[in-house]
Amino acid sequence: MQVYLPIAEVSVNAFLLLGLGGIVGILSGMFGVGGGFLMTPLLFFIGIPPAVAVATEANQIVASSFSGVLAHLRRKTVDLRMGTVLLIGGLIGAALGVMLFNQLKSMGQVDLLVKLCYVVFLGIIGGLMFIESLNAIRRSRGAEGAVPQRRKHGLVHALPFKMKFRVSGLYISVIPPLLVGLCVGILAAIMGVGGGFIMVPAMIYLLGMPTKVVIGTSLFQIIFVTGFTTLLHATTNFTVDIVLAVLLLVGGVIGAQIGTRIGVKMKAEQLRILLAIMVLAVCGKLALDLLLTPAELYSIGTAGGH
Amino acid sequence: MRRLFVLLALVLAPYMTAAQSEEIVLGLSRNEVAITATFDGSDVLIFGAIKRNAPAPAGGPLEVIITLAGPDQPVTVRRKERVLGIWANTDAVEVDSAPSFYAVATSAPLADSLSAVEDLRHSISIPRVIRSVGAPDSVTDAESFSDAIIRIRAGSGLYQRLEGQVDVEEETLFRGQITLPAALTEGAYSARIFITRDRTVIDTYETEIAVFKAGLERFLFEMSRNQPLLYGLMSLAIAIAAGWLASAVFRIFQR
Repeated sequence: MQVYLPIAEVSVNAFLLLGLGGIVGILSGMFGVGGGFLMTPLLFFIGIPPAVAVATEANQIVASSFSGVLAHLRRKTVDLRMGTVLLIGGLIGAALGVMLFNQLKSMGQVDLLVKLCYVVFLGIIGGLMFIESLNAIRRSRGAEGAVPQRRKHGLVHALPFKMKFRVSGLYISVIPPLLVGLCVGILAAIMGVGGGFIMVPAMIYLLGMPTKVVIGTSLFQIIFVTGFTTLLHATTNFTVDIVLAVLLLVGGVIGAQIGTRIGVKMKAEQLRILLAIMVLAVCGKLALDLLLTPAELYSIGTAGGH
Repeated sequence: MRRLFVLLALVLAPYMTAAQSEEIVLGLSRNEVAITATFDGSDVLIFGAIKRNAPAPAGGPLEVIITLAGPDQPVTVRRKERVLGIWANTDAVEVDSAPSFYAVATSAPLADSLSAVEDLRHSISIPRVIRSVGAPDSVTDAESFSDAIIRIRAGSGLYQRLEGQVDVEEETLFRGQITLPAALTEGAYSARIFITRDRTVIDTYETEIAVFKAGLERFLFEMSRNQPLLYGLMSLAIAIAAGWLASAVFRIFQR
């Protein structure tokens, strides 16, 4: 069934969009990522103009994250307090990031710089995570029912302004989560993504939160970030296509519910290794785009835009 | 006096016959295309007849060329180049005006029915409708950028070259069909019909087909432009409601 999208001005297959939304929704529920990094290239591929794709998918992520958070809330795997702290840092970071982005844009070649950062960053995160979770799996196989590791007391615990994060089982200073939020916010604004898959590893490895809690908490703060992004795009660029969003989010909200249920049944290190593989795959795809000779050297853009 | 009249007739005769002896009478299957939610492309049938006050003149066969053009837009064409082993956009050319859609249908191969001079004068073939004035000094091959527009848009069905797809019967009746793709921009689409003999244009006719969004599409488009904040909030409300609904439904199923 073909549907004409009023803002994107293209006609697309409705079932294809439902399916795409569903797949990305499952990933969202499983890993606590928004899925924007995956959805953007897919939407480009079926002919949606880039500006519309980026704006609309923010709206779709609001829906699938909300659906996922509700499922996690029922299992009490959302640390609302930690989420709020991260969000405050994130919003400040996003504002800084937008300013930085405009600064870079006036210098030219920002696209390339962003892509290069992306590849390097994703490669490092994905690689480290892959090795860590592989080791974790090996360890659990080797010694069944081993004693859980005691968390190391490092710099994180020496900082002032300590706060109790009961759901995560942490008693740490608010400064590290604020900084993590800030950095992810900056990166997210520059790269034009929600930042879920940067946030998730950061929460696991930098803050030492349990993997199960991380997913719900990440989704919680993604709702606000992407909700804000949607409004910003709708009022400044007029690029949110509500018909496209509805088609994607119907699949997305259902997928998120299924994804959450899959995620609960899996072991934490299995989840981490899958996320690592996904991050590495995206990184590899971006790297190939930069290195391989493109089939079409020319591209058409609207005048004045990017 | 009489001699002068004859002279005048002799001088004017070629012009009279060229301008008046063969004239286009046109019909269109539709003069508007409404884009609704289920719009999936549309066929436009352009047909007509040649009106004559005198028998068909001698000379080459009569050929018909039909063009249909969407609204003109400025576009930027970028080219990728390898910089330090990485493919990056380097050169860019601003093309002043390129139609969002363009189809040219002919009764015979374009080169046989139209001379280059006439093509230049009437802007008929696809390369002629793209206007590119200034390329930056760093770009020496501005031509290849225009070619890229044609190649990319032809690939997505936006530029069509339909040679030999106009039927002409008895040098009097003609009909041609142009298929508008699903990805269509709003605006006034201009349809032009040319009749030629010996690669020279004898008569032209121009008309417009209005392409516009209708129904829900119109409503949403207007709202996104006129009340962007409300539109954005509505989008968010739908997202939140859908998220809650899915969660509620799954909860029922789980019990």
